Amino acid sequence: MNKTSWFNVVSLTLGFAFLYIPMIILIIFSFNESKLVTVWAGFSTKWYGELMHNKAFLDAAWVTIKVAVFSSTIATVLGTMAAYVMVRGGRFRGRTLFSGMIYAPLVMPEVITGLSLLLLFIGIGLDRGVLTIVLAHGTFSMCYVSVVVSSRLVTFDRSLEEAALDLGCSSSEAFRLVTLPIIAPAVISGWLLAFTLSLDDLVIASFTTGPSATTLPIKIYSAMRLGVSPEINALSTIMIAIITVGVITASLVAKQQMVRQRREEQDAVRS
Amino acid sequence: MRRFFLIAPPYAWLLLLFLAPFAIVVKISLSDYALAIPPYVPKFSWDEGIGAYLSQLDFENYIFLTEDDLYWKAYLSSFKIAAISTTLTLLVGYPIAYGMTRVPSEWRPTLMMLVILPFWTSFLIRVYAWMGILSSEGYLNQLLLWIGVIDTPLTILNTNSAVYIGIVYTYLPFMILPIYSALERLDESLIEAAEDLGCSRLTAFWLVTIPLSKTGIIAGCFLVFIPALGEFVIPSLLGGSNTLMIGKVLWEEFFSNRDWPVASAVAVILLLLLVIPIVLFQRNQQKQQEAEQ
Repeated sequence: MNKTSWFNVVSLTLGFAFLYIPMIILIIFSFNESKLVTVWAGFSTKWYGELMHNKAFLDAAWVTIKVAVFSSTIATVLGTMAAYVMVRGGRFRGRTLFSGMIYAPLVMPEVITGLSLLLLFIGIGLDRGVLTIVLAHGTFSMCYVSVVVSSRLVTFDRSLEEAALDLGCSSSEAFRLVTLPIIAPAVISGWLLAFTLSLDDLVIASFTTGPSATTLPIKIYSAMRLGVSPEINALSTIMIAIITVGVITASLVAKQQMVRQRREEQDAVRS
Repeated sequence: MRRFFLIAPPYAWLLLLFLAPFAIVVKISLSDYALAIPPYVPKFSWDEGIGAYLSQLDFENYIFLTEDDLYWKAYLSSFKIAAISTTLTLLVGYPIAYGMTRVPSEWRPTLMMLVILPFWTSFLIRVYAWMGILSSEGYLNQLLLWIGVIDTPLTILNTNSAVYIGIVYTYLPFMILPIYSALERLDESLIEAAEDLGCSRLTAFWLVTIPLSKTGIIAGCFLVFIPALGEFVIPSLLGGSNTLMIGKVLWEEFFSNRDWPVASAVAVILLLLLVIPIVLFQRNQQKQQEAEQ
């Protein structure tokens, strides 16, 4: 398989350049002295300083983090349950509807999800704010969590669970002592996915929020509509840095855990 | 009994927060616009009875959608933009996915990571990055003017071309990953066999590699096409005033005109249009799963 031709090298180079150059330019120009983003006028970190004093952005960031923590936690609990039911639950009434409801939000246009949730919240007279965004984000992220977790549940060796049951565990003990540790990396990455989805969401949050709660993407979007500005570049750079560090750490941890787990599983089979 | 407690919470949650809202959208799409809060009549109430409620319903909003050509033009143009961008994404993504299966295997996890990383980065930021590049005094125009390819700056931002670029850029990982996983499973000896039997490398690629990566191509195309159809952020930031996309129309109908019944009707039609590609996509995924087993 290792026949790397010049064509492959060129297409990979161009492809990754296309993916990364826009980000790199954005980061470079966040350190630009000038207010005009497209003209380089010397190195400066003043936009970062200004950002730290922009109370509106800081408040919005705080709201966003709150929403993301709560919604991703709800999504992880419900999504893991849903995945377990789908993979291990066998047949039950309404299973088709259930699986449809889990997969549909993944492909649903955000404008429709947002609109429909807003109409529900107004219908039941719920005041729009942090709570309604949490409910909305929890709903669509639980579907992502359930996809991530069920892909792990499908691949793992079911005989380990059965062995635990044979050795006298109750089914809840078997879940807690055997299943949960094995699927833990998937649950954690599901939580991280839900967390970033929530941090990132503009459309659904715009529909479901009220005047009391403005999230960072809503704030950023309204600033972006006025055009390119160095302050948004600085803010974007901070967000890119956090995400990059987070993703790389998470994947290293997951890799380590995978290796350890494989070894333990193999040891368990051998002994 | 224990199973019931496991099934009930996610089930009830989805029924209440996913399915019920759609019923409400359908209901409001049949209501009339009113200057009130919330801005529509009739409001459903149990004491009047279902008969009285039903008698007030009409399909006025749907008829309105067919009469005003803004709407069907917007659906058509969303379809066109989504189809063109999906094709472009495939043309850009396939060589990258193909190249990834051709490098030494110890590099692949790193390349994979590099493809996934942008997906985790804020969508809004990735779209915004192109605003600085494509604007008339932006980096691309500066570069082209400096090289001397053009004399006057090109207008790219606020046109449909900018929307294509934005969609290709933001959805590229969705195209690369399924194609890559299809290509990675491909048995190299089949291509060697084709070459031994007298195919040129290009014919072998066309007759063996492409058909065998078909499920990946189809999955990738749907993963780009379906969300692109209802896209809002990209046309609103990169597109111009004449970029018509249904996600944007719905947003404006809702937030600017505050006409909730019409916005709901727009959503219902969009959903009906999406059912076809979604069903086709599910079928493709099922076929793939069966093939793996």
